[in-house]
Amino acid sequence: MIPELGHFALMLALGAALLQFAAPLVGWRRHDARWMATATSAAHVQFLATVVSFACLAWAFVYCDFSVAYVAQNDNTQMPLMYRIAAVWGAHEGSLLLWVLVLSGWTFAVSIFNRRLPADLSALVLSVLGFVSIGFLLFILLTSDPFTRQFPVPAQGAGLNPILQDPGLAGHPPILYMGYVGFSVAFAFAIAALISGKLDAAWARWARPWTTAAWMFLTLGITLGSWWSYRELGWGGWWFWDPVENASFMPWLAGTALIHSLAVTEKRGLLKSWTVLLSILAFSLSLLGTFLVRSGVLVSVHAFAEDPSRGLFVLAFLGVCVGLALLLFAWRAPLFKSEGELRLMSREGFLLFNNVFLVTSCGAVLLGTLYPLVVNSLGIGKISVGPPYFNAVFLPLFAPLFLLVGFAAVMSWKRGRLDEALRRLRVPAIIAVAAAAVLPFALEGRATVAATAGMLFASWTIFAAVQEVWRRVRSKRRWRNGLASVPRGVWGMTLAHVGLGVWLLGVSFTTSYSIERDVRLAPNAVAELGGYAFSLKDVHKRQGPNYTAQRGDVLVEHDGRRLTTLHPEKRVYPAAGGQMQTKADIDVLPLRDLYVSLGAPYDNGDWGLRLYVKPMVRMIWLGGVLMFCGGLLAASDRRYRLARAADRAALDAVSTQTA
Amino acid sequence: MAAVTCLVVGVGVAATLAFTAFRKNMMYFYTPTDLVAHNAPRSAVMDLGGLVKLGSVVREQGLNISFIVTDCSHQLPVVYNGVLPDLFRQGQGIVATGHLNADGTFVASRILAKHDSTYMPPSVARQVKEADPQGRRDCGNFKSVDDTVPRSAGAGVNRTASLISTNLRSGAASRPVDDNIKTAAASEAMK
Repeated sequence: MIPELGHFALMLALGAALLQFAAPLVGWRRHDARWMATATSAAHVQFLATVVSFACLAWAFVYCDFSVAYVAQNDNTQMPLMYRIAAVWGAHEGSLLLWVLVLSGWTFAVSIFNRRLPADLSALVLSVLGFVSIGFLLFILLTSDPFTRQFPVPAQGAGLNPILQDPGLAGHPPILYMGYVGFSVAFAFAIAALISGKLDAAWARWARPWTTAAWMFLTLGITLGSWWSYRELGWGGWWFWDPVENASFMPWLAGTALIHSLAVTEKRGLLKSWTVLLSILAFSLSLLGTFLVRSGVLVSVHAFAEDPSRGLFVLAFLGVCVGLALLLFAWRAPLFKSEGELRLMSREGFLLFNNVFLVTSCGAVLLGTLYPLVVNSLGIGKISVGPPYFNAVFLPLFAPLFLLVGFAAVMSWKRGRLDEALRRLRVPAIIAVAAAAVLPFALEGRATVAATAGMLFASWTIFAAVQEVWRRVRSKRRWRNGLASVPRGVWGMTLAHVGLGVWLLGVSFTTSYSIERDVRLAPNAVAELGGYAFSLKDVHKRQGPNYTAQRGDVLVEHDGRRLTTLHPEKRVYPAAGGQMQTKADIDVLPLRDLYVSLGAPYDNGDWGLRLYVKPMVRMIWLGGVLMFCGGLLAASDRRYRLARAADRAALDAVSTQTA
Repeated sequence: MAAVTCLVVGVGVAATLAFTAFRKNMMYFYTPTDLVAHNAPRSAVMDLGGLVKLGSVVREQGLNISFIVTDCSHQLPVVYNGVLPDLFRQGQGIVATGHLNADGTFVASRILAKHDSTYMPPSVARQVKEADPQGRRDCGNFKSVDDTVPRSAGAGVNRTASLISTNLRSGAASRPVDDNIKTAAASEAMK
């Protein structure tokens, strides 16, 4: 009964989405406020219906209703509750339902927070969101219904893929989707601007917090995914340039470019068409990511779809959305007039460069991701480009970006002065050079080019960002007043840029100083790595809730002192057909990780082991989390909430000074 | 104007860099048949795909391991030093990255096995089909691709199998689960 209720709720949601798409368009055309207002109610109904539908599926998972085929394929009575819930979005059908849930959630939020939005803009935005929603609801109902029943009812389900049974992955898809789908709001704003032909500072001020919010969730989602692959894949890597990772990284690059160009559009009334194009691009890349990951063209843990018609549907929908948007863009974008001239020596000039570098790197990732896929699917050979390609491209493209980011706060809008900016950046530059010269030696005992350059750019980014807050604090008599005078938007920007620096620090140190060793160890034998002595004391059996494990006791000593005992495991999940899963164990300190994973046993009692010492690897994820926090602060800046029509003029004056 | 010039030059340089890096780092994928027929350059880094021949895995001193990769018409010896992925087993499809040395042995620096007991790289599957349409000769030892019942267990299983055998596609998703568990037990027994 409950699954049928869920299915019915989905159909109701489709009806509401149709209304949400059509009614406001009619209302906008006829200038009829009542028609336009229908959109808000429709959005609420759609959200409610989707929540009910999702709750029904979650109920089926929690209570293991194996008469539902999708539940039987992904659920198992022995799985812990957390993974039974995570299994809802563990495969194709449920993850699409999650997509729709997140989309209707964003729509709901837009309809709540945008009460003060001009009625026609609000109506158009909700209409576009309704259109996207129709596409995905149809996709679910026509090709991937999660509520299909099956008979006879199996006694036990197959369970979630063991590799996905990890806390890092339970949260990764919802957060990532918040980001992916969040760009649909930016997209909707862009399309609304194109349809109405109006794009002013107020529009940018409405669109900015939504875009920042989507970006921050995408950042956190990618960070979680990276953390998961480090913990779970047993290879000690944090990024593989795998197509599914690139699928999320491309919208991130486009989205990062977008939040910066939106700032230019808001403050200076420039780059309007470019901002709109980036909004379309960011959302298209999100859709492309969904297509790549869900269509089965990629062979990976993420590729759930078994049915080519599903991939075709997403591809067709992608074509319709992008095609219509670009047509509209070609037709209407010439209406947007720039309100001034762009000078190179100004914040907007530097931000333009930031955009060029970001979009070019996005293009490079797109090339490296799609070209091999196209070649392979055309059957003219099979090629791949690995990490060397991406590293070779990213190094020259990101180095200037890091140089530029230091100028973010000191270069003023409109007409910046380079000498003034350089004078203010003297101290950060000196600190950066000193840190680059000293810290690699001090921390790791030797310097490499990558670590020195990484340290240089990282500390430059961090201290250049901090000096702006420092200057504002110093300018007041009391430091407390000074701190209070820093607007939240500036705090957000500072924190996000600090996060970027911290991330770079982690990346450069981890790649320079990580050491790894595969060893074959007899019981009680010792392997030495980077001054740490690892000895395998024992391997014994352990029974988990839904697996049996071989659990190793690996004693780690440093300078003859006992540090810790690590317990890597080799797990076998009977419900998943005896699939084996390596569970690494990690000793975590802020400045280094010790990582041990079990290989295979040998006949004579030896075990293969994989050992890593990874300095600063935590900084990579800390950087991502800081960027998320920065986005959170920036998106919740008061001036977005205060932006009422009446205050607009007064507010413009204030905000030009602040950020 | 200066800005536009800078941008054009910058994008041009970046594009050149990207394409150069792309050409330099493009890695080709080969099957044993390609390599035995000398269709691949020696000492270049490449991907080799195929099935691990049953009974060919030899564990030597330390972490050295050697085995034979086959596409059912030709085979190639592979050596590797290191810990193998969880899903490496005999009779299963793998992709090895490495180079061919002078005596015709493939020296692998990385081995990938997919989370799917029936996984086979698509071009290997094609090769196997061509070499052995009935699945009799060398491939008799393997779980034949077409006869294997794909498991529906969890995410990420099954895609390749259903790509390879169109006749299974309709059955794969709706197959009752206890059937899957049986098959799973069977594949467990094979190990």
